[in-house]
Parts: sequence; C-alpha cells; structure tokens
Amino acid sequence: MGANLPASLLVPQPAVIVGRTQESPSIFTMKLCLEDAAAQSAYRHSLGQFNMLYLPGVGEVPISIMSDPDDRQAIGHTIRTVGRVTNRLAELQVGDRIGLRGPFGRGWPMEAMQGRDVVVITGGLGCAPVVAVIHYILRRRGDFGHLTIIQGVKKAEDLIWREQYAQWNTQPDTHVMVAADEGGTLWPWHVGRVTDLFDRISMQPDKAMAVMCGPEGMMVVSAKMLTERGLPEENIFLSMERNMHCAVGHCGHCQFGGSFICKDGPVFSWPQVKGLIAHRGF
Amino acid sequence: MNASFSPARFLDFSGLDTLIQAIRSAGYRCMGPAIENDALVLRELTGARELPRGMQAEQAPGQFKLTHDAENRYFAWANGPQAIKPYVFAPRESLWQVRRDEKGSLKFESFTPQPEKTALIGVRACDLAALTLQDAHFLEGQYSDSSYAIRRKSLFMVAMQCAEPAATCFCASTGDGPTPQSGYDLSLAELPDGFVVAAGSEPGQKVLSMLDLNEATPEQIQSTKEQGEAAARRQTRSLPARDLRPLLMNNLEHARWDEVAARCLACGNCTAVCPTCFCHAALDEPDAAAGKSLHVRQWDSCFNEGHAYLHGHNVRPDTRTRYRQWLTHKLATWHEQYGRSGCVGCGRCITWCPAGIDLTEEVAAMAKGS
Repeated sequence: MGANLPASLLVPQPAVIVGRTQESPSIFTMKLCLEDAAAQSAYRHSLGQFNMLYLPGVGEVPISIMSDPDDRQAIGHTIRTVGRVTNRLAELQVGDRIGLRGPFGRGWPMEAMQGRDVVVITGGLGCAPVVAVIHYILRRRGDFGHLTIIQGVKKAEDLIWREQYAQWNTQPDTHVMVAADEGGTLWPWHVGRVTDLFDRISMQPDKAMAVMCGPEGMMVVSAKMLTERGLPEENIFLSMERNMHCAVGHCGHCQFGGSFICKDGPVFSWPQVKGLIAHRGF
Repeated sequence: MNASFSPARFLDFSGLDTLIQAIRSAGYRCMGPAIENDALVLRELTGARELPRGMQAEQAPGQFKLTHDAENRYFAWANGPQAIKPYVFAPRESLWQVRRDEKGSLKFESFTPQPEKTALIGVRACDLAALTLQDAHFLEGQYSDSSYAIRRKSLFMVAMQCAEPAATCFCASTGDGPTPQSGYDLSLAELPDGFVVAAGSEPGQKVLSMLDLNEATPEQIQSTKEQGEAAARRQTRSLPARDLRPLLMNNLEHARWDEVAARCLACGNCTAVCPTCFCHAALDEPDAAAGKSLHVRQWDSCFNEGHAYLHGHNVRPDTRTRYRQWLTHKLATWHEQYGRSGCVGCGRCITWCPAGIDLTEEVAAMAKGS
C-alpha cells in the first residue's frame, strides 16, 4: 500500500497573495502565504518542484515554485498567462485568496551540482524553473563552479528580466549569453541561433552539469550539442511539462511513456527522456 | 482452488438462490447480470430467478448480440461492457467543496464516499486481473487514493469461471483467464447440474459455511478444470507476446499508425470499457447562487481532445498520436509502471469499438511489417 495522501496534498490549503509583480505584459510573479501560520512555517520544497494553484469556480493549474527553499516567509510563483486559469489568476491582487496544494514532484539535483561547473539553458519566454536555479546558485556562489547561462528567444522583445541578465553577467565566474533570432536596435547580445553559442561555453565537461527548460526541440538540440562537447548524458537535466490534473500520479494526463511527470519528474535526467522526446505525440 | 480454505463444495441449481440470500443476509447488496438495452449489465439482484438464464452473447469487432444458450446455463456469456471498474474507480467522484466566508477566506471540505456493501455476482478472471492492476495504480504507488480504497473494501467478489469465451476474448494469451486464480471471495464454476464453489477469503468462507453443502467430488473438480482448459483452447484471438515493448516502441513511426488512425473515430469507447484504463479529469463546478464550488473528478480518455492539452497547444493533436498513446501505454509502457502489460485480454475494446478496430490485429500488422 502507498502512504495515505496527506491532507495538504489532497485538498488545497487557503493562501493569501502577499506580493505581486508584473514582469512583462503576459508574465507576473506572485508571492503566496498559507493562511495557517503553522502550515506556512512547516512548508518545505526543493528546487524544481511545483504547486497546484486553485481558483474556486475556475480550476487548478500546476506552477513551478520560484522562491528559494530557505525562504520561509512566502512561496513564489512566476506565471505566464496562457490559459483559462492563469488568465484569471492574473486578475488577482495582493490580499486576494486562492488555494494551494503541494509541493509535488522531484526537483533539480542541487546537491550533486555542488562544486561543479553549471550550464543553464533556457528558451522561449523565460523559464521559471531554471531561473530559480540561477538565483539559488548566485545566493550560494562559493558552493558552485563556473556558471554559464544561455537563453534563446525568437525576438529581442521576448526577453523578460533583461536587466537581470545583464546583472547576472557581472557576477563572479558567471557568463551570460543570449541569442535572439531577430535582434533589434540596442540589442547587446548575439543575433542568430542559440546553438551558435555552445562553442563558447566554458566548462570542464567531466565535472559539469547542465540544467535545461524550454521548448522540447531546443532541449533535444542542446543535449546533443552538450554531449558532443564531452558532457556525460547523465549530467544533463531538464524540466518537463504536460497536462496535469491530480499531481499525485493517478489522473494519467501527464504520462510520458512509462513516466508520470508529476511524480517521477518534472525534472528528469537526459537518459530518462531521450528515447521518446524526439517523437511528436508523447 | 485455494488451499487455505475448506475444500470446494457442490451447489446444485436449486441452491443458487440460497447462496444469493446468504450473501444478502451477510449484509451485501447483490449486483448480478441483467439484460438492459440489448446488453449484459450489472443490476441489483434479489434472487436467482432474476438471472438471465439461458442467455448468451455473441461478440465480434463492433458487435454484441444476445443469443440463447442451447444448454440453458446461467453464465454462458463471457462479459458485458462493464464489470468491477465502476464500483472501485467511480465514473464521478466529488473531491472537495469550497466556499468563502464573510472575511473572504476559503473554507475547504473534502468528501468521503460511503458505498453500500456490494457483492458482484459473476465477475470473470479477466476483471479480477484488471482489479489487481487498478489496485497497483490507485493504492500501491507513492500515494494511495482513499476514495478508491474505501470503495474497494466495500466489495464482495463472486467470481465465475468462463466456459464460453467470446470470439473477442484472449485472456489465455495474456495469462489472466479463463479460470479465476485469486482475488475473489467466492469462485464458482458452472457444470451441467450445478456449481462447484470455493472460498478465497474469510468473508467468502463465512458465507459458504452458512450453506449446508457436500464437498465437490474429484470428478466434478476435474470437470471444471477441463472446462477451463477447453475454454482457453477455443479462444481465437491472441497477442504475440506478454511484453510488447520491443515491438511497439521500436515502431513508433510505423505506417500502421496512420492506417489505424484513418479508421479510429477517437470516441474513447475502448477506454471507457477497458477494465484497466485509469485516466480521469478534474473539473470545477461553480454554484454562484450558493457561493460555493465543487471540485470533482470523472473518467477521461486519452482519445479526448483536451487530454494532452498544454497551455496553447496540444501534445497529441491527431488520432494517430492518440491511438498510439493508448496502445503503447496499454501494451508496452505499462510494464515500466506496473511490471506487466495493462491488457487482461477481455476483448471489450474490440467488441465496443464502433469501427470494429481489433488491437490484436493492429499488433499483428505491426509485427508483420517490422
């Protein structure tokens, strides 16, 4: 028998919005605090896990946890308004209340990454799961080796947190590379494909780890290019997304081959997904 | 027959009603086979006279036709569209209800199902095997589902050996039938003059001890054994192997997927009648007038449009990828999840497919062309 589902994972807990930042026209960050103070102080997550956010009368949506695991004050989520639930969540303000179930899933192997060079690869409109990794490393800079951040976007204006990328690039032992297929005036970064940047990655391949999040096609190409440059396949990790309703491995929506992304992931090592990820439809 | 309980007994036909009354007196509502809308369904049974004795069902791809059994047996049919699954994995289950109090705080309330104690009369080996698979999914993973667990505990299984497999049956090839091996409270096998009955659990033993029955003779037990073997031999369909991972996963871009997709209506009937399919969707039902909202789950299907919807795009936008998802999950990736195939050979997906798609034929075509 499996363990009985704890109440905090079975039924949402009431949470209050204690902070809200509009990051771009379609992306916002909200900080949540569980209304039950004891539940809030007992709440623990590991980097890369997600919560189910619930808006009564509308529904639930899985959202990656953005805040630092050591932050006991609030639970942060950066959300892109792309669907029915996220559009309604975007209308809420500080003081409004929603429900929260979680945390769920398996996160990034942060302990295994200690002392190693880290390559962070992300694409599209900015990817919260890996941005949380970047924040985590920069807050504990001495615990990790060289940090390379690679971000690809279609158009220059798609890059959110633009100042943040520039600021990260000034951090010790940190190299930021951004590529836009279409640049623009005052675009300081590379114009072209994100894959053009891989030869400029500084890493000791046998002592490095890569974390990726973004469009699956981009991750497939990136994994291939990293392994060609000597990075062992099992040192490449990525965060996967699929439809999710229950978050505990029962509803079947997030199946990816034999894996349930909600409980076996969302973070996987490259060898776990490489067989199916290139086939459209899984 | 289970060795840890008393030896098998013999129940003549006139004793069948006594057995049903004994189960009822043990506190169970009996659900047994009945004819409704030209199909065999489970309905409440108050006595043996209500059983559809002498009915048989002819099954073929896309066909279920009631016929008459020349030998006038009670259980001469293989199975109807549903058996155990709806009684453990409810088609619809309320999960929680939420309302806002005067301060705007959310008040959540969860639900606990309170199922009636129910005996299912005449369940088949394939369905008991499927129940084991549903148990593995809902109870034995990281988390156990409490609604399923409560419903599961409310059941009393009266299994029936299959003597007349349908043309769509292939449980012998999956190793799941036609004779029930475990998972029952009582197991029956029908002979020309009565039933051989064995207990498989304490509650089953208790019911059996309420009846004054003679031990079954070695000849009667031998007859049920031969009947099971004959039923297995008569099955015309089969799968080429128990583990089809190499065949299916090495043929993900096989032309047969396009071919079957052209015939498949993506209606999801196969998933609704499949005794192992477990997908369900969660949805919110707001009641604005009452200031509350109900969160429920209900059966879903990987053939439904929204099943693989992911913010702004659909991971499986066409029938080809949906059929491939269903078949590769059922016969291949299920092994990674639960250590065996997700198919128990009941053949329902063949019978109840309006297009008559036969998974054994699809697998055979794939094997031939690879």
